[in-house]
Amino acid sequence: MEILVCVKRVPMVGGKVVVTPDGQDVDTRMSGFTVSPHEECAVEEAVQLTERLGGTVSVLTLGPPEAADQLRDMLSLGAGHGVLLETDGREWGPIATAAAIAAAARRRAAGPEGGYDLLLFGNEAADTGDYQVPVRVAHALGLPCVTGIKNLDVSGTGARAVARREYRGSEEAFDLALPAVISVKEGINLPRYPSLPGRLRAKRAVIERFQPEYRGEGLRKQLLRVPAGESKRAEILGTGADAVPALVRLFDELGVLS
Amino acid sequence: MTVLCLVERDGDGVADASLRALAFGRDLAATSQDGLAAVVFGALAEPARQALAAAGVTDAYAVESDLLTGYAPLAWARSLAGLIEPGPATAVVAAATDHGNEVLAHLAAITSLPMAANCVSAARTPGGTYQLVRQRWAGSLLEDAVLEAAPALLTVATDAVAASPAAEPAEITVRAWRPDLAGDDVAVCATESAERAGGVSLATARVVVGGGRGVGGPEGFGALEELAGLLGGVLGVSRVVTSQGWRPHKQQVGQTGTRISPELYLACGISGAIQHMAGCLSAKHIVAVNTDPDAPIIAHADYAVIGDLNQVIPALVTALRARVGSD
Repeated sequence: MEILVCVKRVPMVGGKVVVTPDGQDVDTRMSGFTVSPHEECAVEEAVQLTERLGGTVSVLTLGPPEAADQLRDMLSLGAGHGVLLETDGREWGPIATAAAIAAAARRRAAGPEGGYDLLLFGNEAADTGDYQVPVRVAHALGLPCVTGIKNLDVSGTGARAVARREYRGSEEAFDLALPAVISVKEGINLPRYPSLPGRLRAKRAVIERFQPEYRGEGLRKQLLRVPAGESKRAEILGTGADAVPALVRLFDELGVLS
Repeated sequence: MTVLCLVERDGDGVADASLRALAFGRDLAATSQDGLAAVVFGALAEPARQALAAAGVTDAYAVESDLLTGYAPLAWARSLAGLIEPGPATAVVAAATDHGNEVLAHLAAITSLPMAANCVSAARTPGGTYQLVRQRWAGSLLEDAVLEAAPALLTVATDAVAASPAAEPAEITVRAWRPDLAGDDVAVCATESAERAGGVSLATARVVVGGGRGVGGPEGFGALEELAGLLGGVLGVSRVVTSQGWRPHKQQVGQTGTRISPELYLACGISGAIQHMAGCLSAKHIVAVNTDPDAPIIAHADYAVIGDLNQVIPALVTALRARVGSD
């Protein structure tokens, strides 16, 4: 089974997001980078599937040259092949991103290795949260698509999959013919940690690079800002167990003690 | 001309998220002098009809098709696409739920239009473009953006927009809408299990007791669970707890877990990373228990206890137990 997993390099933010003075980006001078959490699970799901059914996991990202670091992180988890759609560092919109990913999938399908049987994505990128790249890729490739999946059951022949998710307290199940595009959510599995041999393999792996052409689109960012009124300073009720009577009084005032 | 709003049902009524999307759509329509229209899949029950009228909807389309046996994202999007022209719709709006985002993404792909997800506000400018505010990082950051598209496709950040009735209920006309669908459009269709999860759910709980890295390990959650029980609430945890495998992912509060909106969120041993705080933006009162007075959570909390949760929580449980016993 040939699986493509698409990931996105995003800043590793901790306690707060800081915006650059020009309001165009998240200030990453003090932070590292990672991939969106849902995507780490997409990679794990793909690796588990190929462990069971054979085949290769390719991992693709669209981003600056440094995004090769994130590809290597994913290669160390068991992906076998990396594809970098290299940009000049500008933020790409979801329409152009999806078009570049679809073009990469078509290029591969036209070559000796053939097309992918399954394209996995995270449900949404942690930073921009556009919720649409997987669906646009599916349309461009003429494939069925379902998003937000928390449980994936691929048949032994790799011809069909049952994808499940929870929606407002009940479970929805989708029976899909493969190839298909599926986006997953964290919780579908518990991603493994990279192994030492995995790290070494990732270091040596050759990453294929392409340079798609940037295109602007109808939704244009003007300014990023931190929501007002974010920061307040908590009223300290006390220290250690001595604060318990104050806590009980507070719960009483809030009406949460029945 | 209309702002067309995808409305999800909740039983015979309208889902809360869609009531919020309708309020957003009504505000948007006011900036473009448009009417507000609603699209519902399946029959429109009387309570839902009344809720739509109260929200200011003048035209409702009840989508009917023999091909539609359940939620089918592509078919829903094609149905919406068919309704853009007769309106004509200047904007199509949906709540940013899993269904809303998915259906609008399909609509965007079908129509080759841009789509803005998780909008907090939108207004049409005299030039015909849209001035938007939308969420990034699950609401920890806001983006001011311009959208140049007709129609504008928008999903609504439901934790940032309140549901509100129109100044006056509208005279509503309900029409059946038979979309032009093919078999391929329903190839992906949900089979829904009838059973609903029992007990208090994390998303709707009135009290959530949270545990983070500070709990120290999988064995430390017993006291927090007992406390949650005494408060009639449920346990929620931070991402590090689920990533370590200490607790199942379904208990995660955060950007990649569940969004909560309790009366009280008691966050114990949780540092307050933005990934976590994005899940509790709608909590009415946050009380933090943390050893570090400089932890980011203190800047988000209303009240705090500085101390080790392994001392504070057992003492709190004892105090509440005594109270229950004396009642």
